[in-house]
Amino acid sequence: MEPIRTLRSRTAVLPVSDVDTDQIIPARFLTTTTREGLGKHLFADWRYGPDGALRADFALNHPQAAGCAILVAGNNFGCGSSREHAPWALTDYGFRAVVSTQIADIFRSNSLKNGLVPVIVDPATHRWLLEHPGVEVSIDLETTTLRHPAGEARFPLEPFARYCLMNGVDELGFLLGREAEIAAYEGRAGIR
Amino acid sequence: MSATARTLFEKVWRAHEVAAETADTPAVLYIDLHLIHEVTSPQAFTVLRQRALKVRRPHLTFATMDHSTPTRTEQVFGGAPIAIEAAARQVRELEVNCAAFGVELLDLRHDRRGIVHIIGPELGLTQPGKTVVCGDSHTSTHGALGALAFGIGTTEVGHVLATQCLLQRKPRTFAINVTGKLPAGVGAKDLILSIIGRIGVGGGTGHVIEYRGDTIRALDMDGRMTVCNMSIEAGARAGMIAPDETTFAYLAGRPRAPQGEDWERVLEGWRALPSDPGARFDREIDIDVSRLEPMVTYGTHPGMVLPIGGAIPERPDDPVFAKSLAYMGFSPGQPIKEHPVNVVFIGSCTNGRLSDLRLAASILRGRKVASGVQMLVVPGSQQVKREAEAEGLDRVFLEAGAEWRESGCSMCLGMNGDLVAKGHYAVSTSNRNFEGRQGVGARTLLASPLTAAACAVRGRVTDPRELM
Repeated sequence: MEPIRTLRSRTAVLPVSDVDTDQIIPARFLTTTTREGLGKHLFADWRYGPDGALRADFALNHPQAAGCAILVAGNNFGCGSSREHAPWALTDYGFRAVVSTQIADIFRSNSLKNGLVPVIVDPATHRWLLEHPGVEVSIDLETTTLRHPAGEARFPLEPFARYCLMNGVDELGFLLGREAEIAAYEGRAGIR
Repeated sequence: MSATARTLFEKVWRAHEVAAETADTPAVLYIDLHLIHEVTSPQAFTVLRQRALKVRRPHLTFATMDHSTPTRTEQVFGGAPIAIEAAARQVRELEVNCAAFGVELLDLRHDRRGIVHIIGPELGLTQPGKTVVCGDSHTSTHGALGALAFGIGTTEVGHVLATQCLLQRKPRTFAINVTGKLPAGVGAKDLILSIIGRIGVGGGTGHVIEYRGDTIRALDMDGRMTVCNMSIEAGARAGMIAPDETTFAYLAGRPRAPQGEDWERVLEGWRALPSDPGARFDREIDIDVSRLEPMVTYGTHPGMVLPIGGAIPERPDDPVFAKSLAYMGFSPGQPIKEHPVNVVFIGSCTNGRLSDLRLAASILRGRKVASGVQMLVVPGSQQVKREAEAEGLDRVFLEAGAEWRESGCSMCLGMNGDLVAKGHYAVSTSNRNFEGRQGVGARTLLASPLTAAACAVRGRVTDPRELM
């Protein structure tokens, strides 16, 4: 995973609350056995019309949303299934951060493992960002601060997750390094 | 109040700490049972291969196939290929991975195959006090037996395969105290839908819910599993119910449950699991269900739910709400009852157990599915299917004009091609009414097996108490 210290991008705004993972990537695209190339299916049922053409009325299809790496969404983003295909689709499309007032637990956990920064901001900052699509925003992991043209907001980020993101550390390596403790636990529990 | 009083969750968590969490690092949590299926495991096995790793404890890992598998008997047993090529490839890849890494697999034609969250408890693999994970959000189901069970992503599936452990921050606890006798015609599904309606689809985020109180104690295991199953629909990390005599009676004699002297030994430990008197929860609410009605959803998430006699709410200044109603083809103020229905689905990890099928059959016995309505009954496992057939439930469904299928997730998410057509209304006993969940443009109304069966008979949204 590429280390992330600061993200700078204009925002794409999706002003919809409770965006579930079935919207982020519908179940019919989950028959894949790899994690690559899912960006084309991101928000498939909102993004494309029945004829497969891009829908002009969908936020991400607006010209100013092109190339944005920061997605600002309504409250409670990523609820629903545990499919990691959701962050895979978002990152393959080009997003590096999702901003909301609440982000569902499993989606947040999956995002952190794929270099997609979950940014939870206060309602006032969130409202401002929703009302100003396309502004230039920076997300600084060192200080866990989101800066936008009218101000800034701190956001919570679990210290270990932050460390992993900033150093490109993969958790599996860390867990494998705990072998002695795992073996000791199995010894105590009688697991062979 | 004792300072050492601990909750059920805390007892299970503490017993599985390989290393406790610190300010800088999450806890290393040991996993007793890892369930895998074809959809969320292939990329995890790819990582094991890339890094030349083995499955650390193959005997603690158990595989089935359920999401993308066919439910038509001729496809499952007749030698006909799985129609969707990618689904067939996914199923084959699971077979190859399980063989290569020494993981036990209940394959397509195995007589104990079924939906992963149905067969874990059914085989006795799921037990009180265990940690259970699966790359599937409805893993919360297993908490009904007093296990700490939660869904994980595919990267974490790889972590558990390789190390039998997960890195986890300790979630907060949330007690939901449920009291009162459920009225006739109202059951576990109505109960959990009403809870989600009250606390919201994000209301449980960051928490493990413990369902408590005399209503919960009075539920059978199937009902408890329905309740815990939908904890994730309130955003909760997990749902748990303290094990009791109902739990022990359910598990006794199951093929993978401890037997003989082992049973006596584990029972002692299981009896010590319930939350201690005075144990503190981070959050607590009380719910009285003595006047609860059958519940049905009207929108595009499970929190958009109302009593079946109610009308669609009015929220004039909420564009997201308006978008949801537009998708559903509903108007504010409209009663939900009597709305026409095209499809009825009985099944899923929420309501695909024997008692669910019995409830549906109790409405359908001697009646017919309304003309023009497709009704699909999909048992949660092959075992549930056999038990239902032994009671003659299959005849009840078939004589009513419903379809009787082989087990699987089926129309809950339509990955196997069991789909609801665009614009059609499906009353479904599953767990999610998200846009497109049951097919592009499909409109889902979540309800109990009783309500769903009543809707099938009338072809309209119907209060099941009218047919009881």
